[in-house]
This record gives sequence, structure tokens and C-alpha cells, in this order.
Amino acid sequence: MPGGPPPLSEGSAIRKFLKSRGSSARTDRVFGGVMLVCAMAIFGIVGLILFELIMRSRLSIAKFGISFFFTQAWDPVTGAFGALPFIYGTLVSSFLGLLIAVPLAIGVAIFLTEMCPQFLRGPLAFLTELLAAIPSVVYGLWAVFVLVPILRTDVNPLLARVFGWTGFFGGPNYGIGMLAAGVILAIMILPVISSLTREVMISVPHSQREAVLALGATRWEMIRMGVLRNARIGIVGSIILGLGRALGETMAVTMVIGNRPEIARSLFAPGYSMASVIANEFSEASDDLYLSALVEIGLALFLVTIVVNALARVLVWAVTRGAPARVA
Amino acid sequence: MATSVYKTGTYNRISRQIADHAASVLAVLSTVIVVAPLVAIFAYLIYKGASSLNVAFFTQVPRPVGEAGGGMANAIAGSGLLLLIGSVLGVPIGIGGGIFLAEFGRGTRLANAVRFTADVLNGVPSIVMGIAVYSLIVLPQKHFSAFSGGIALGIMMIPTITRTTEEMLLMVPNSIREAALGLGLPNWRSVLSITLRTASPGVITGCMLAFARVAGETAPLLFTAFGNQFWSANLDQPIAALPLQIFVYAISPYDEWHRLAWAGALVLIVLIVISVALVRFVTSRGVLKGTS
Repeated sequence: MPGGPPPLSEGSAIRKFLKSRGSSARTDRVFGGVMLVCAMAIFGIVGLILFELIMRSRLSIAKFGISFFFTQAWDPVTGAFGALPFIYGTLVSSFLGLLIAVPLAIGVAIFLTEMCPQFLRGPLAFLTELLAAIPSVVYGLWAVFVLVPILRTDVNPLLARVFGWTGFFGGPNYGIGMLAAGVILAIMILPVISSLTREVMISVPHSQREAVLALGATRWEMIRMGVLRNARIGIVGSIILGLGRALGETMAVTMVIGNRPEIARSLFAPGYSMASVIANEFSEASDDLYLSALVEIGLALFLVTIVVNALARVLVWAVTRGAPARVA
Repeated sequence: MATSVYKTGTYNRISRQIADHAASVLAVLSTVIVVAPLVAIFAYLIYKGASSLNVAFFTQVPRPVGEAGGGMANAIAGSGLLLLIGSVLGVPIGIGGGIFLAEFGRGTRLANAVRFTADVLNGVPSIVMGIAVYSLIVLPQKHFSAFSGGIALGIMMIPTITRTTEEMLLMVPNSIREAALGLGLPNWRSVLSITLRTASPGVITGCMLAFARVAGETAPLLFTAFGNQFWSANLDQPIAALPLQIFVYAISPYDEWHRLAWAGALVLIVLIVISVALVRFVTSRGVLKGTS
């Protein structure tokens, strides 16, 4: 569990006296209690979400059991539900996103911390922050009308020609599909990964850099040995955090992934993700079992992102422990 | 590997320098690649959105399919109403949680657990929040409502506000707290009027960040606020929201609606960028810098 700031200890005897004296002690206790309740609300929210998800998915859990996650069937008419295509779609699109985003994000972080001229630092950091502030639905809109046509007419034919033999880039080329989802996810998680990586790299002490440089290393060797090696745990943490973001991303993915519950080898083929099946079908789920199956997918998504985020937080915290607090 | 540093010779030096330059070029290149889509998105948004923005967009409700014109006035108002409900719920609870972490629970195990949970909750997909609020409020009520949408947004604001409030309060020096207590203020008064007040620019910043974040949320509204083609001020009924409307229009097959989607996206982005820029302005002006 991450350690917080040091307790308010200085002059505690005087403080205690000042706080405990007079007629306001009761009001103080009430006030402290109210603040405690507010803080507890955060546990309450997590508990409530978990409770509601479990209650609403009981039907599906009881009917399908563990095989729910290994079955490919998704047919609301006959009442056959299996989450495998959605899990596959979520995993493949997220890993595709990471594959594209991670090298770029680390490159940006290196540029911003180690080689960027001072006057560019602020604007560039602001730009990447803006990238994080764009709503998912706007990314989706852009992807549908700009990214997908580019992929369809330029990128996909090229990929098919060069890597067609692998089988990952074949079949009909609609533009929308797993690859489009991966690319838009990469754009969306880039700012998360790069800003955290930057933070971790900044917290590497300067003496490390100076020591490596003093041995006669070039700048790249200094970055590789002095900075990246020291920061690697934190960088892994930020990548996992980006993964968590990618797993739960809904709107942009829904708009470009193609929404077909199939497992296909080709990345051009349309797929489906856990979040997007919920977004598309939740409000039209007609019978209880259908609804329950969708909620169970939501439950799985919730638990996975909780674990992924917790892991990432612990890793990032382990590295940036000594760094000063900052806004967002 | 570390041993390479100790090698000597011209070949070795040249190869190391080549690696150095290659790494620099790659870092610059990746920055360019990252900035490019951002510029592309903004440029395209302004190009497509600005030409579709007009007075009707801000004053009229959507027209039926096939009729030209119409606007998103109801969606803009609906978004405002949803954000208002969200803020009324999220801001006090969020700030209260932050006060607890910084002033009462500092250093305790409980506070660490709350902080950790808030960070993790921040990463929970918004669609999961949507399902939870749906099954908590919409299902028992049997109909979609603005109220449930606002609650979903409010819940999502809480962890962000709590964490920023805590960090801002931590920057307030202890001597200020002691001075307040020494003057005879009761602790609750000292926390509210002195500590919180000193940190208020930062706390407001946190609230605005949370606000900007949920302003663009679509997924949790899909099955809580649900959307509406008409004016509605009834909190118990479905209501339109800007991101929701953009989504519906974007996936529709009509050019007229695509046009409106671009205009809506531009409006949304401008609102969010303004709040993010304001936040940066406030934090960089150093209201808090001198105090830490």
C-alpha cells in the first residue's frame, strides 16, 4: 500500500491542547466525522459497483459458469452467450494500441526530459495534456471520418502487400476493424504513458546522469544506462496504466472496431470489444439473461481494470515516492 | 551494456556516436509523430466544425431526418444540467474526502487505503459506472432520467477531486494551521476558512479538471440520461447531452447529421480546452508555488 505524506506531527502537544480545549470540541468531532464519511464514500462507491454488478449478473453466472469466458457463441435469440470474442477483441486491440504507443511515448518522454530546448518544453507538455483532454467520442468521430479512410486507401493495402504472407493483414479491407481500433487506442493512451514516464524519468536523481556522463558516455548511453534503467519499474507501471485505460475505452473503439462478434486472424477484420458490446447492446437487452450476460462482461471488465490499475499504481508509486506533489 | 563504455578505438567511438545520433533522431521523430495527430485532429475539427457553426446550432433543437438545419441547443443545455447535478454531488464529497486525507487521516493506514482506492477508481472504465448506476437507479425506476446521468457523472468526479484537494492542502504550510488555532479558532473553522481557503485556487483547479473530464463522457450516459430530441428540463426524464448527441449523429448515415456532429465536437473541445488552459494558467501563476 502506497505510503502517504508524513503525519501532522510538529508541535503536536500544543496542537492537541489547542484542538481539545473549549466548547468547540464537539463541533470539531462532528466535522471530522463528516469528512470521514466523505472519504469513506470512495470505498462505498467501489463496494456499490461491485455489489450491483454481481447482483445483476447472477443469472448469467449461474447458467454459464466459467465457460462463459471460453465460449464463442453470442446469440440473443437462442439465449446462447459467450464472452470469448469480446475478450479477444479487447485484448488484441489493447495490445495493438500498446505496441504502437509505447515506443512513441518513451521517445517523447526522452525528448521532453533530456533533449528538449527549454522554450519548447512547456508548449509540448501542454499539447500532450490536451491530447488527454479530448473526449473519447471526438476521437471516435475523427477516426471514423479521417483515420479509417486513410487506413483503407493507403495504409492497409501497403500492409497487405508487405506483410500479407503472415495472415494478419489479409482478407477484405473495410478500413474499420481491429487495426483501426488499435491505432485510435494508441493515440488515446499515448499522453497517459508519456506523461507518467516523464514524471518517473524526472525523479531519477541528477547525480546518476552526471556519474554516467563522467565515465565518458554519450548522451544516448547516459539516457539508457543512467535514466531508463533506473526508471524501468516506473515505466512499466505507466505502460500498465495505459493498458488499463485501453481495456476500458469505449466510445472511440465502438465507432471503429466494426462490432461483429467474431474471432478472425486478420487485423483488418471487424471485431468487438467488451466495452463496446455493452455500449451497443445494453439499452436494448430485452430479456433478463441477455442483460445479465452483458453485466457479467461489465463485471469482468471492472475486476480486470481494478487489478491492472492497482498493479500500475504500486509500480509508479514505488519509483516516484520522493517526488513532490503536483496537479493532475 | 555497461562494459561498452570502457572500450576504446575509432570504430567503437564512431558506432557509439551513430547510436547517439540515431537515438536523438528517433526521439525527435516520435515527438513529431505524437504531435501530428493532435494537430490533425484540431485542424480538421476547426475546418469541419467552424463551417457548420451558426446561430441555429445554439438556438434550435434537432430537426427530423431529411430536414436541413436544426441545432443542438437542447444538448448543450442538457449537458449543462447533467454537469450541474454531477458537480452538486461530486464536488462536496470530493473536497470532503480530500480534507479528510490531508487534515485528519494524514499518515494513517486508513488514509493510505482511501488514497489508493481513489487512484484505482479513477481508472475504472466509465461504462462500468454507467452499468452500476443503471442497475441502481434506472432499473428500479424503470425509465432513463437526467438524474441518473448526473449521478453517474458525479461519482466519476469524486476520486479526481479528492486527490487534487489532498495534494493542494498538503502544500499549505503547517504554521498557517497553527497560527489559526493559536488565535483561538476551532479546528473545523481553521480547516474551512484558513487551510482550505489558502489552497482554494488549487482545489478549484482540481474541480475544473474533473469537470472537464466528465464533460466529454459519453459511455455512462448511454443508458442513464439516454438522450432526447426535444427540450427537457424534467430531471426525471431522459435528457439530451452534447457528447451523446455527437455519438448518435456520427454513427448515423446522414450528411446533415455528420455536419452537426462536427460542430458539436468543436463546441465541446473549445469548452474543454478553455478549462484546461485556465487550469494551467492558475497553477503556473504560482498562487500555490510560494507556499510549498
